[in-house]
Amino acid sequence: MKLLALVLSFGLAMGSPALVASESVDPLESARWGDMRKLFFGTQQLVFDDRVKVIGPADAENPMQVPITVDATALGSVQEVLVFADFNPILQILRFFPQRASAFLGFRIKLQQSSPVRAAALTSDGVWHLGGTWINTVGGGCTAPSAASAAPEWQRRLNEVSGRQWTSGPMSGRVRMRIIHPMDTGLVAGIPAFYLEDIEFLDPEDRLLMRVQPFEPVSENPVFTLQQGVPGRVQTVGRDNNGNRFKTWIEP
Amino acid sequence: MRRLFILLGLFLVAVPGGGVDFDYGLEAQRIADGVYVFIGRKEDFSTGNGGNIVNTGFIVGSGGVVVVDTGPSQRYGKQMRKAIGILTGQPVSLVLNTHHHPDHFLGNQAFADRPVGALAGTRAGIERDGNAFAENLFRMAGDWMLGTEVHAPTVEVSEGVREVGGRRLRFLALEGHTGADLAIYDERSGVLFAGDLVFNGRAPTTPHAELGHWHRALDRLEAITREPGFRALVPGHGEVARDAAPIRQTRDYLDWLEGAMRTAAANGMDMNEVLVQPIPREFAGLAVVSSEYRRSVGHLFPAAEQRVLGHGGSH
Repeated sequence: MKLLALVLSFGLAMGSPALVASESVDPLESARWGDMRKLFFGTQQLVFDDRVKVIGPADAENPMQVPITVDATALGSVQEVLVFADFNPILQILRFFPQRASAFLGFRIKLQQSSPVRAAALTSDGVWHLGGTWINTVGGGCTAPSAASAAPEWQRRLNEVSGRQWTSGPMSGRVRMRIIHPMDTGLVAGIPAFYLEDIEFLDPEDRLLMRVQPFEPVSENPVFTLQQGVPGRVQTVGRDNNGNRFKTWIEP
Repeated sequence: MRRLFILLGLFLVAVPGGGVDFDYGLEAQRIADGVYVFIGRKEDFSTGNGGNIVNTGFIVGSGGVVVVDTGPSQRYGKQMRKAIGILTGQPVSLVLNTHHHPDHFLGNQAFADRPVGALAGTRAGIERDGNAFAENLFRMAGDWMLGTEVHAPTVEVSEGVREVGGRRLRFLALEGHTGADLAIYDERSGVLFAGDLVFNGRAPTTPHAELGHWHRALDRLEAITREPGFRALVPGHGEVARDAAPIRQTRDYLDWLEGAMRTAAANGMDMNEVLVQPIPREFAGLAVVSSEYRRSVGHLFPAAEQRVLGHGGSH
């Protein structure tokens, strides 16, 4: 045990100064980090930054519905947030572009196996700020068929939106919305990829609060939680990759 | 680094090699004349307990034995049958599965030569989900599960009084913990086998729960505990009780859970915020409550949330 402790402390001693000196040391120690760095960010500037919070359960009971909350509000103005999971067969989970709403988004995802889930927030100086957390799961979330694929009733309700917002108390300005959609990944034999790919949240003057670009790993019947500065009517406009559209108001 | 891996490797090898002979150490507790139970640990499934987290039991009549649930694996079922054989020379007349969760029926293989009875919904559930449940248990309990295969019930039972092996048994066809929950009341001894409708000192599990139905089931079970002949209540998990306290504890916990989900949804909480809510002191002492609470959020919060979101949007 003493040797083990020695080895561990040696590893830590090696790791901590490097963290300060270079962005290349992944605090989540993922074997896939090098590939993620190259694939998503190329030569762009990137820092690991605790101000970007990715909140999720350390152990996810249901790999089909893993709740993830991304909060990059501590950075101030954020142009874009990319959410991805190193070990998912489809890496990108979603992108969101906060405008008049905060850089905050709650949603649920499908995880195929235990993986870091990360959020990279782009600030106006062109720097990506990266936060993340490991989520352990028994897995299978991406290659299991959606419930909808087995039950044709959903077709009548496709893109049906229900939502609500909170106008007072600690949750003032919070908007929550659910959309009926199978969000099929295309990884199940015989079921093509079928997912929402663009959702805009607008204020009554048609000014963009936030744009969300989901990808296949977002869970079936997605639920989004976002935060606008001042409560007021919110219009949601969206479409899936087959061109089905929706447009709905969420009243205060 | 290499040394670290070697060290870790030694730990991994040491655990299964450390004298585990896959003996569940089942000891029958006599709780009434001719009625025995095997009490499992108040834990989650693990390679340490081999899935022995469940209560099973048997009733010895003048003409045979009735077995209530068969445990999480073939090994458990075999060891259970052996332990029964030591206590009585009577043959097994009937095996019952109280519901379709794996720790209650995966020992059926050891009784494959005898009739295995269950409610129709339980039988259908085992036929539908049995293999997926077994796979999951292989993952969580490891080699204890070797050789285990799903053996679905062969006989359907329904509500009513039945004479089996010389005992009058009252079958209650209930639901709530799952879509079909069988409770068994042995009229002569006054012992009520409640299955997983009742937990004692351990947080209830809710993967297939319908809380409204569960409440009605608890009311019916509690009514039996008020009958003059009632002597003992065998919960699906936790110690045997001589009164209805575990029924009330289960009901209180489920009430709290339901209310907590409803309030969280009404307050606009996101699932991650619900997951980290504190457990009230009243329930903090229940075994495995924090992990069961988190699981229950996954099972129950989406519906509570949907009721709040309703159809607030307008086109």
